[in-house]
Amino acid sequence: MAWTWFHRLASPPHVYRTAGRLAPWFAWPAAILIIAGLIGGLWLAPPDYQQGDAYRIMYVHAPSAWLSLMVYTLMAVAGGIGLIWRMKVAHAVAAAAAPIGASFTFATLVTGSLWGKPMWGTYWQWDPRLTSELLLFFLYLGYMGLRAAFEDLQRADRVSAVLAVVGVVNVPIIHYSVVWWNSLHQGPSVMYLGKPTMPPSMLVPLLIMFLGFTLFFAAVLLMRLRGEVLNRERTARWVTEEISA
Amino acid sequence: MTGISEATLKGESVHLWRGERHVLRGVGFTVSSGECLQLTGPNGAGKTSLLRTVCGMSYPEAGRICWRGQDIRDDLPAFHTEMAYLGHEPPLKMELTGRENLHYWVGVRRRYARAQLDGALERVGGQRWADRPVRTLSAGQKRRVALAGLLLMAVPLWLLDEPTTNLDVEGQRLVGTLIDEHLAAGGLAMAAVHHPLAVSERGLRRLELGVV
Amino acid sequence: MSDVNVLHATLPGAGLEHSSAPSALAVARLMLERDLRLAFRKSSQLVQPLAFFAMVTTLFPLAITPELSRLRHIASGVLWAAALLASLLALEFLFRDDAQDGTLEQYALSGRALTGLLSAKTAAHWLLTGLPLALMAPLAGVALGVPTGALPGILASVTLGTVTMSLLGAVGAALTLGVRRAGALLSLLTLPLAIPVLIFGAHATQLAIRGEPYGASLTLLAALAVFGMTLAPLAAAAAVRINLE
Repeated sequence: MAWTWFHRLASPPHVYRTAGRLAPWFAWPAAILIIAGLIGGLWLAPPDYQQGDAYRIMYVHAPSAWLSLMVYTLMAVAGGIGLIWRMKVAHAVAAAAAPIGASFTFATLVTGSLWGKPMWGTYWQWDPRLTSELLLFFLYLGYMGLRAAFEDLQRADRVSAVLAVVGVVNVPIIHYSVVWWNSLHQGPSVMYLGKPTMPPSMLVPLLIMFLGFTLFFAAVLLMRLRGEVLNRERTARWVTEEISA
Repeated sequence: MTGISEATLKGESVHLWRGERHVLRGVGFTVSSGECLQLTGPNGAGKTSLLRTVCGMSYPEAGRICWRGQDIRDDLPAFHTEMAYLGHEPPLKMELTGRENLHYWVGVRRRYARAQLDGALERVGGQRWADRPVRTLSAGQKRRVALAGLLLMAVPLWLLDEPTTNLDVEGQRLVGTLIDEHLAAGGLAMAAVHHPLAVSERGLRRLELGVV
Repeated sequence: MSDVNVLHATLPGAGLEHSSAPSALAVARLMLERDLRLAFRKSSQLVQPLAFFAMVTTLFPLAITPELSRLRHIASGVLWAAALLASLLALEFLFRDDAQDGTLEQYALSGRALTGLLSAKTAAHWLLTGLPLALMAPLAGVALGVPTGALPGILASVTLGTVTMSLLGAVGAALTLGVRRAGALLSLLTLPLAIPVLIFGAHATQLAIRGEPYGASLTLLAALAVFGMTLAPLAAAAAVRINLE
């Protein structure tokens, strides 16, 4: 039954089992790092002389923002690989990653607006970073909407891969045009990230959180990939054997 | 004619999946110049899928299609200039006349003299209604316009999906004659049919597809 | 009978087929001519986006204020939002008819570069929807209290902007070719990608209304159009092939 999967490495049972074996190796370090980062960021790091304690939401906001972009890029790369080498596992990776990326983007928007309340006195400002993030969220919604619009999974995979590649080419253009737009209107931008001199007691927990979030993403991706592979191969014999075993 | 006589279309253990359906399971065939491969089989046996795979639109999961000894994937555009595909529906615009349709459809592929267009229309018995909008033509007349396009393309390989649909007895005989002439000139044809084609037995080969 | 023999004399192998292949330019002209002729035979589709544009423009004075002095301030935004929405309206039909009657299939199997054929179709689409919108935008501008000195700027910016919109729309229409009732999805896919056009276009219009030089924004709009011309046909062709598969 394995006609659809050429490459032995990318064969579904292999991917399914490897992903299952690898997931804990990402999940546990992620949990430890995130707890450590939170302790470091929320208790050990000193309050900011300007923002007080409000800046601490950065420890969730910034890693989410990084992942929102990273996951979109990953989706495009996986989609491109799937298109060029007709490797279906790559499409499964993209399909598994999209909702996670959308969630990180949503988290970035929510934490950004919570941060905005003490900083700007309002939950929403048309700050360039938040605006770009909002547009990225629409790109994710479009991607998932396009995927869902096709009944034929293979077509959904390939069409949405083209969209992801188009999107990733456009993300920088959208971002810089938004930054440019913002500079015209002198909008507020008081986010902490651009600040060059961050004391190590603030910076180290942030870096730990970046790493922790990335590992967390990898763990969730592997688990979702297992589900994705199972669903795609639900008629295959190995799946029946795997489940009855 | 010597150049054409070597043309061969070959399918080698072609496997095609459509979603969860394994539509083509190791289909193989060979058609050479002067031969017509008649594809038969019940609905859902994969006749259309096979034709679409042969013309390079669908990508087989395994196996390959070879034209003149070369995998068609190596140079798809070159292969396409040597073949013509007619699907279920004639690819015509309702708002344009038969003649305009042929002009735009075939004109993308090749230059031809006006006399050739007239000749092709005459051959399918369409010179009387070729200047009417296709909207006003009967289904059989539309099919005849499509056949004229097929002639006008002047390619060695014909891939036909139910070419006799909507045609009267005379029209069905016309399709048979056109294919016979095409084969006699060294051409090749592959046709999915429900009813046997009215072609001479000499170049006829048969491939029966079963339902999965 | 003799005609058939004439036809078969041009079979490949007789060595004539290369000399009888029309040039890329001739094919593009043929495609353009065909699409224009088709459009004028069912001209109601031509008028609809224009009427929609006029209607949306009319909503704003009714919703906000009839005072031209105040409308002038929001005129650039109104014009651009209306132009983007109007050009979206016509997109769904860009490839749909050709896909349904099998014409697109014939293009994909013609041995000609699909990118070139789709570029020609997109050009025809722009001539039929983008250009009329651009010609109508100055009129709408007058109705919104824009000084006559700003009208050339509006004409130029909407002309360039609609080029990019047609190109982006070609990608969106190609992606959603296999989707029934794709209207809302098509907007969700295309609008985020159109944000840079909106930003630069509205800015150019704003500057023109204020009587300031707007050349820089026009250059950016032109850059977007050129960028789109090089990449959009590739993405559209890939998406069309996938949807035909």
